[in-house]
Amino acid sequence: MTTTHESVPHHLGERPTMLKVTGLQKIYNGGATAVEAVRDLTFELAQGELVCLVGPSGCGKTTLLKCIAGLMPPTNGTVELAGQPVLSPPPGMAVVFQEYGRSLFAWMSVSANVELPLKEKKLPKARRAELVAESLEAVGLTDFADAYPWQLSGGMQQRVAIARAIAYEPQVLLMDEPFAAVDAQTRADLEDLVRQIWKRLGVTVLFVTHDIDEAVYLGERVLVLSNSPTVVQDDVIVDLPVERDQLTTRQDERFTHLRAHVYAQIQQAKKGTPTPAA
Amino acid sequence: MSRTALGDTRSTPHDPQNPPTADPTEQESPVARTTRRRPGAGGPAGVALRTAHILLLPTVLIGLYWAFTAQPGAGFYTPTPSAIGSAFAELWFSDRFFVDVLPSLGRLLTGFALAALIGVGLGVLLGLDSRVRATIEPVLEFLRAIPPPVLVPLMIMLAGIDDTMKITVIVFGCVWPILLNTVEGVRAVDPVLSDTARCYGITGTTRLRVLILRSASPQIMAGLRLALALAIILMVISEMFASSSGLGFAIVQFQRTFAIPEMWAGMVLLGVLGFVLSSLFEFVEGRVLGWYRGLRAAHRGE
Repeated sequence: MTTTHESVPHHLGERPTMLKVTGLQKIYNGGATAVEAVRDLTFELAQGELVCLVGPSGCGKTTLLKCIAGLMPPTNGTVELAGQPVLSPPPGMAVVFQEYGRSLFAWMSVSANVELPLKEKKLPKARRAELVAESLEAVGLTDFADAYPWQLSGGMQQRVAIARAIAYEPQVLLMDEPFAAVDAQTRADLEDLVRQIWKRLGVTVLFVTHDIDEAVYLGERVLVLSNSPTVVQDDVIVDLPVERDQLTTRQDERFTHLRAHVYAQIQQAKKGTPTPAA
Repeated sequence: MSRTALGDTRSTPHDPQNPPTADPTEQESPVARTTRRRPGAGGPAGVALRTAHILLLPTVLIGLYWAFTAQPGAGFYTPTPSAIGSAFAELWFSDRFFVDVLPSLGRLLTGFALAALIGVGLGVLLGLDSRVRATIEPVLEFLRAIPPPVLVPLMIMLAGIDDTMKITVIVFGCVWPILLNTVEGVRAVDPVLSDTARCYGITGTTRLRVLILRSASPQIMAGLRLALALAIILMVISEMFASSSGLGFAIVQFQRTFAIPEMWAGMVLLGVLGFVLSSLFEFVEGRVLGWYRGLRAAHRGE
């Protein structure tokens, strides 16, 4: 069921590496005290893979994501996107943040929000219009193109952020606990939306969450992080069928089993005694 | 002027910035946040009612003043509204409009525009760079503490009594609220939004234009609103000293020559001018900050 991260997952052997994190360490220097948020993280995402990162709260998930996104320099270690080192936010990466209300431009309409990064990419107007229309359709917001983000519900605002991310046509899509602030029903819909977009676009997705069920339901693989200072505690292959369904998948015996395993690993992680993967 | 843009969140019945509320076709229904609060406010009867509402108090006040001046011993210094009215028409619908009013307005607007340019420009610089801020801020605090009218004697020596002196005084007084509000607004740009912009490669002047300035616009507009009120005051003060034209000059001249209704007419014109400018400002602000009012209304509704 689990592998150590040296071995390549069986069904991904053919695909080239898209995102590579090697020996990542982050120490925050605050005056006299230095806090080591992330100790030593090494993992890889193959092209087109959907991987969930899950860990106990306060385990440095956001720090890790900021380092990967190039928003924050790591103390040690490297991040590579398609073989290129990430030193500043790379053009091939899109990020969806947890705080949807704060990551959208409140003074722009929904479609202007989606289009803005494409303008910066210097795409021609016709192509921009095409991408905006396609991505808004993919998240089911075609009718709301001219509305302002704050006129929409939380779940719909997060859909706008997702539409903006996919219109950007990234190689890697980073999602930082994107559904932590929406209600449970909306969350289930958005989870299915992410799976659907991932299958359709073949984009590589790194999905950070604190929710074990969500991680197992969404991912092809779940990386379990330890308590801070963070290391990769376990690397779990999710061998559930590609077609997933909120009702049947979550009742699947295999799902329950994987969920229990990840849960146990996180409990271990909380105690701060990383156990080698079984 | 105490009312700032930040506190001013009244919803206007016809808000051009708010698109019609989206059609709730999804299971997550959008909250109807652009609903008109006052039913019937858009109809002709509503307009009449609102006009009556606005005109009620001014009518009562003018009536009271009139009653006061109609008394036998009311005196020379408080002319009746009709006397002030006829002086107003005679004075300002003549070439004095070009001699006194237009130059005053020109200086006012030039000073205000320059102050806006300097205030926003310097404010963005200070807001973005904490080291520059630490270096410049003490000096700014000192300069800010100097009451702008005391510059008039100095500026008369340095720049003479022409427009340069008056505009300088206006700029020196107006720049502070704009500058300080801009600094605050720029510093308050949401870090998540800032990260988002970086992730999507929004940098340089685009970042300044679509992120920094727009995000800080509520504070900047609040500063500009305060500055506009100050600009009118400073315009009059700067003209009251050494001057040969302008509204401040005219009012002082009328007072010294005992042309009392004319003096009052000057004051009324200043009031009208301030009112018109403030209304114009409000109109512009409604256009620029329509999103902000909607956003605030949405937050209150939650």
